[in-house]
Order: sequence, then structure tokens, then C-alpha cells
Amino acid sequence: MAEARRFSVSAMPGFRAITLAAFAMLYAPIVIIVVYSFNAAESISVWGGLSLEWYGRAWENEQVQEATVRSLLVASLAAAISTVVATAAALGTTHGAPFPGRTFIYAAINQPLMAPEIVTAVALLIVFASVKVATGYTGLGYLILAHSAFCVPFAYLPIRARLEGMDLSLETAAADLYATRWRTFRRVTLPLMAPGVAAGAMLAFVVSLDDVIITEFVKSAGQDTLPTYMLGQLRRAVTPEVNAISTALLGLTVILLTAFFLLSRKRD
Amino acid sequence: MASAAERLAVSDQTRRNWLLAAPALILLLLGAAGPLLVVVAYSFLKPGEFSGVTWEFTFDAWIGVFLQQDIFDETWGLADAHLAIFWRSAKLSVLTTVMTFVIGFPMAWFIATRPANKRAIWLFLVTIPFWTNLLIRTFAILEVIRNQGVINSALIGLGLIDEPIQMLYTDAAVLFGMTYVYLPLMVLPLYAAIDRFDFRLAEAAFDLYASRWKMMRRVVLPIVRPGIVAGSILVFVPSLGAYVTPRVLGGGKNMMIGNFIELQFGQGRNWPLGAALSMLLLIVVLGALLLYVRVSSDRAGERHG
Amino acid sequence: MQRQAAVEARGARKVYGSGPAAVAALERVSLEIAEGEFFTLLGPSGCGKTTLLRLIAGFETPTEGQILIGGADVTADPPNRRPVNTVFQSYALFPHLTVAENVGFGLDMLDKPKAEVRATVAEMLALVKLEAMASRRPTQLSGGQQQRVALARALAPRPKLLLLDEPLSALDLKLRKEMQSELKRLQRETGITFVFVTHDQEEALTMSDRVAVMSGGSIQQVGAPREIYNRPVNRFVADFIGETNFLQGALEEGGFRLASGALVTLSDDARGGRPSGAAATLAIRPEQVRLGAGGEAGLPATVSETVYFGTDTHVHARLADGAEVVVRLQSPPSGEIGLSPGAAVTLRLPAEAVQVLDD
Repeated sequence: MAEARRFSVSAMPGFRAITLAAFAMLYAPIVIIVVYSFNAAESISVWGGLSLEWYGRAWENEQVQEATVRSLLVASLAAAISTVVATAAALGTTHGAPFPGRTFIYAAINQPLMAPEIVTAVALLIVFASVKVATGYTGLGYLILAHSAFCVPFAYLPIRARLEGMDLSLETAAADLYATRWRTFRRVTLPLMAPGVAAGAMLAFVVSLDDVIITEFVKSAGQDTLPTYMLGQLRRAVTPEVNAISTALLGLTVILLTAFFLLSRKRD
Repeated sequence: MASAAERLAVSDQTRRNWLLAAPALILLLLGAAGPLLVVVAYSFLKPGEFSGVTWEFTFDAWIGVFLQQDIFDETWGLADAHLAIFWRSAKLSVLTTVMTFVIGFPMAWFIATRPANKRAIWLFLVTIPFWTNLLIRTFAILEVIRNQGVINSALIGLGLIDEPIQMLYTDAAVLFGMTYVYLPLMVLPLYAAIDRFDFRLAEAAFDLYASRWKMMRRVVLPIVRPGIVAGSILVFVPSLGAYVTPRVLGGGKNMMIGNFIELQFGQGRNWPLGAALSMLLLIVVLGALLLYVRVSSDRAGERHG
Repeated sequence: MQRQAAVEARGARKVYGSGPAAVAALERVSLEIAEGEFFTLLGPSGCGKTTLLRLIAGFETPTEGQILIGGADVTADPPNRRPVNTVFQSYALFPHLTVAENVGFGLDMLDKPKAEVRATVAEMLALVKLEAMASRRPTQLSGGQQQRVALARALAPRPKLLLLDEPLSALDLKLRKEMQSELKRLQRETGITFVFVTHDQEEALTMSDRVAVMSGGSIQQVGAPREIYNRPVNRFVADFIGETNFLQGALEEGGFRLASGALVTLSDDARGGRPSGAAATLAIRPEQVRLGAGGEAGLPATVSETVYFGTDTHVHARLADGAEVVVRLQSPPSGEIGLSPGAAVTLRLPAEAVQVLDD
């Protein structure tokens, strides 16, 4: 006798096929870039064998070197600054009872997520152009300020999520067990929120590292970061060197995201 | 009513919370929100000779967004070129939203119905492209569809075509690119909504003679509607302000409003017009967000009522 | 000389919110709990029992009134300066610390020498029989074990007062019974005053020296378990603790005249000097009602339903005026009490088992 086909409440015809096709579509172009970054031939239509030539060329390219150092410098500083202020803000807004103005603070912190990036970029261009003329300072400070600002919500969200998931009675328990406010923070709150802070810092770093539009508008002459350098290269011809840079950047992002993923899954 | 000690504790708490949030607020005021106000001012000024502005109040920029003066007979007419760009931006953004939903819903459903321990991995696979540099992803599409790209090379190599098919620099290329780039933004909120869906409701629907598609349409879609609205806003808003994708895949001719704004600060040298266009874009986006807030708080009201 | 109360609330009142949205969680409660007592705050959710506990612990500041611990006014002291420890409903064990570190946390905060902390932790873990778990994390323990850690942690600093906020509510029935006797043992062995919050009347009756029944933010009755059960002061207490039959009527010279016309004899104690003519409610527990065959002396009634509970069988009988009285009988060996709906019976309400409650 034929066994009756098992009924599943959740199985929808075709959904699996669409999902797998979509994942293929998401990853195929990325895989192609990675593969061709190791292609010895200059043209994408020819496979010339495995080679690290384009990595070597990118490595020796002075512009790429400078852009890399600048990208990492800006991203590190922006991540550090935004994480510190976001941690303080998260402690102020998510810990304890609602207070007057809390909704306003939420909205203000998430504001960079609401305005289209091109609009923020234009606004910063306008203001910083005047400041550059008025002060004569054209250094990296503008980029660091702009990146720190738009990284705040990205750093804030995982920290807030961590704090919201935190059992407030733990702090009450610490106070009950004779801990002062500062010792409660140091011995209970801080260790428990640490994974959220680390995750926020990493997200901020990735977001800053990947930014194109705001950087393109805010940077002074000769202040290319890796993404704006690549955008400039695309205007001319596509060279496999860009594939190599993309792959390297991709690798860094994936490493950081995996760390983020593991940290945010950490239970205790 | 409250005792002095109570009042003191509450106001002390409020002051402490504001102090903790202050550094973030100041940073955002300097590096994001504050400059937006300056843009408003610039949209009411006259363009400078080479770039920047001259400090003279005028509505010219705002009028110039929609109308233009004929150079010969000086009559006013609709700024057709501008309207065409607005229309393309709106059309591509709506289409992108629809496409990401059509592909993203089955994905979110599929992921949400995996065993609990597998879901995180699937979600992670959605998240990686999301956090991967937008430029790199757009660039990856470029490599696939350009005339010397993967598809054309393969087709020529197989002898199916002689001349490369022009895929790059078309609206379709921009649509494909934006769907690709923004897909995760649709999947994640949809997943969050479906994940909360109580599958006993689906069992109840089947028990009451619903077919799979009827169950989907009459039970699942109404319940996960907040997720659909959230995903649509998350895709529509950045699509409307897209800059990198239309620039790389659409080229100079298939501009969207983001590229048009940039043009005013570059070759166009009309900062006030750029400022006015930015404000227009911001207003439309904030309108969409307000709509979202209203829809989602309506839902919350229903639940309490 | 009067004995010092372990804890005292003087007119303690707590209001949340302000203006028209203000809600009084606690209404001017005054209460004294003696040294070494196992004292229970009993009531339904929202009755103010947890608020009172939080005022004693110092997690909330009273809107009015004072809290005294060992005779000293601690109203303005923060929780970390009160010699009081709490066992939380959710246990609130620190997930990033081991069991031993959790238990030693309070002593550590009091800056006790390391050796003393170690010794006390070992002693406490032995007390709750968890020596083997010292280096585990709380998340690796079962619910019952977590409960014991929470107890050990709160007892370790030797507080003057141990507060327990529905600590057993997350445990299953069997474990709950075990922990009830465990708690009694710990209280005996340590001699610490326990203030226990629960909504479970059985828990309150079996464990406590004294019980305060709370409702609507005020204390309804304070007394020993037997007193609360047998001499409830009002309808709320009678209804909340155990099951009770209520019958409407009025007081007369010879006793209590029911709406059906029958007269019930009262003891002087139950009457409590109330004047004749006053409308009141008569209360009697189901197990105190005597059931006889139809036609005997007493209140004539008709069986409307019998419900089998295993050890007991409940007989629902209707009086002439329609009022329903529940009678609890021990089930006979056969399980059949031989009464079917419609059967005529007689109810007798013994004078010593009847209570009169003011309306």
C-alpha cells in the first residue's frame, strides 16, 4: 500500500525553488568577482590561469595603499567614537522607566537612517565647504566627524537590543546584595552588555568602511578611501585590480560579520 | 501627590539619562541633522558664479524644480527633463519594491519554516550581502551584464550571438541591480513577521477547508502585514534616493533623482536647485515614513482595543 | 518592655503616576512583623503585596509613611544599605558568574575578606545541598537548583530579613512541595525572619506563622493560618481562602433569619454583639455543612448536581429560595454517594461552624 504523502502546514509549492534561485542570484556575482580576482588574464572573458598578479599590483599601487590606510583609520576612529557615545545613549534611554523626551532621543539617534544618504551628503558638502573656506582646515576631521555621526545608529541598535534583552532584576539583585551604583555597573551591567558593545563597534566599522556617497561628497582633494577610489576607477575601464581590492574588502567584511554573528548569539 | 524623595529620584533619573544621551545628540547635530537645516536655507538662495551660492533670497530654485523658462520666447512650461527623472525614480523604486517582495516573501517564508537551529545560518546568508559594500555588489552586477561581461562572453563563446546584447545602461539594468542590492532589506522584516506567525492558525485555516493559497491570502498576509509594510518602506526609501546603483548600471542617461542632485553640485553648478531637490526627496521619504508609523501604530491600537 | 519588631511599616502608601492617571498600589498600610517569624503576604495579583515587599527591600520609595527595620527608619536608604536580601521571582541569577560567585556576590560587595567569603559560600552551598555545582553557570542548572542558588545567595550575607517574592511560582507542583518544606527547614536553621509573598492560599496556610491577606492595596486581615481560615473578618477573606457558602439574610433575637425563612442558630462569638434587624451574610465552609435525608430537622433542599473529585464529592443543593449551598463529603469506598439530581435532602448548619459577615 502506498504511504500517504506527509502533510506539512508550512510547505508552499515553489517557495523552495524561488529561495534557492534567489540565494544563487545573491551569491553568483560575488563569487564571479572573487574568482576573477585570481585570473591571470586581463579580460573577464578569458581564463588565464590562477594568479595573484592583481593583488600584487593593487598592493604596489601607491594610491591603493594610501586609500587603504585612510579607510582603516577613518573606520577605526568613527567606530570608536560612535560606539562610546552610543553606549552612553543606550544606557540612558533603554535602562529603566520611560522619562520625558525619550521618544525624541530615539528619533534623533535614528535620524541618519531616515534621511536618504544623498541628502545628508549634500548637506555636509554645503556646510563643510563653508567651514573649509572659513578655517582653512581641510584635514581628515570632516570625514571622521561625518562617519562618526552616521555610524551612531548602527552602533546604538545592537547595544540597545542587548540592554533591552537584559533582565533588569539583575541590577536590582545587585543593589539588594549591597552593590553601589558604580559597582553594579562595573560588575553586572558592563559584563552583560559587552557583547552588544562589541557587535555595535563592528557594525559601525563595517558601515564606515563601506561608505561611498557621504565620503565622496565630504572628502577634500586627495582624500580617497578605498570605495571612492574604486568608484573613480569604474569611471574609466574596469580592471581586474578592482576585483582584487573588492575581494580583499569582502574578506574583511565577512570576517567582521561572522564575529558579529557569533557575538550576538552569545547567550550569557 | 508624590513625596519629595520620590520626585527627587525621578528628576535625578531624567537628568542622568539626558546627560548620557547628550554626546550622541551633539555628534548627530554637528554631523547629520544640523547641516540638513542649512540645506533648507540654501534652497532659497541664488546660485554662485562658479559654485556655491550668493546670499540673495529667491524662490527660483523651487520654481526651477518643476518649471522652466523657454530660452527663446521666455514662456514658462513644465520642466520635462526633471519630470522624466522624477517619473523614472518613482517607477523604478515602486518596481524594485514589488520585485523584492515577490522574491523576498518566499525566501522569508522558507527561512522561517526551517528548524530553529538552521534558521540563524540562513539568515546569516541573507545578511552577508546586506552588509557587503554596496559598491562591490553593484560592481559585481556590472561584471555580469556588461558587453564584455560574463553573460555576453558566454553567449558569444557558445556561438549563440555575434554581437553582445546591450544590457548595461538600461532601466532594466538599474531595476535588476536595485532588486539585487535591496533584497535583504525586504527579507529581514518579512522574516521577523513570519517568524512570529502562529502556525496553529494555518492549521485552523486548513481545518476550515482553506486551500494553501487561500490560507496564505486570507490568514498569513493580513497577519504579517506590518512586516510587509516595514519591508516595503525599507526598500522604497533607499531606492528613491539611490545613487551608486543607477550611476554604475544606468550610466549618464538613465539618471535617478540622486544622480540628478549630485549633478547640480558638480557640472550643473546650481547648488540651490540641488538643495531644493534634496529637500523634495527628503519630504517624500519622510512622508512615506510617517505613513508607515501611522499604519503600524494603527495596528497596535487594534490590538489594544 | 515590648519586643523589637523585625520590620515595621507605618502608614506606608505608594502611588504610581501623577494627576488623574495616578494609581494607588498601596493604601496607608501599617504592619509589624516579629523577629524570627515566617510571615506571608497573601493576595491576588495587583493587591499590593509585591509593592509592600519592594518598599521593604528599598526598590521603591513610599509616597507617604515610613519603613523601619529593627527599629531604625530606613525609608530614605537605598537597597544596598539595608540589611535585607531578596529572593526574586525570576531568581535574577547573574548569568556571567558561576554559582559560587553568585552566592558570594553580596559578601564581596560588603568587602569581606576573601577567606571569609569562601567559607560562607561553602557553608551556604552545603545548606542548600548544591556543593557539587559551585563552578557551574546558573543557565546549566534546573529550575529547582536555580531556586536553591537564589536562596543561598540571599542568605549568605546573613540579612536581618529575607524577602521572598513568589519564589516557588515557576516550579512544578512536586518540586514546589519539596521547596516548601525546604524553606521551612532553612528558616528554622537560620532563625532569620522570612517575609514571603504568594497568591497561593495553600502555600500561605501550610508554611506561615502569620498571614496578612491583602486586597486592593490594603491589608484585610492579619493572623495565624487557623484564625484566617476559621474566623475570616470579611467576605473577601472568606472567599479568597478556601471555598465558602454565602447566604443572605438578617439578624434576629434567636439567630440568623435566611431569605428562605429558616432560622439558623448562632454562637455568641459568631454573632459578635451585632444588633437585631441588621442585614448580613452568613458564611459556612462546605465541609462543615451536615447533610441529612429529606424530612429530617433542618433546612430542606434539593440536590441539583453532584461532582466527584476523588477524595471528596461535592453536593450542590438548592434551598427553597433558590440559594445554592455546596456540601463537601468524603467519597465512600464505592465512589457513589447515592444522590441524584432532584433528590430531597436536609442541610444542617452547626452553630459553631457558622460565621456572620457584615454586608
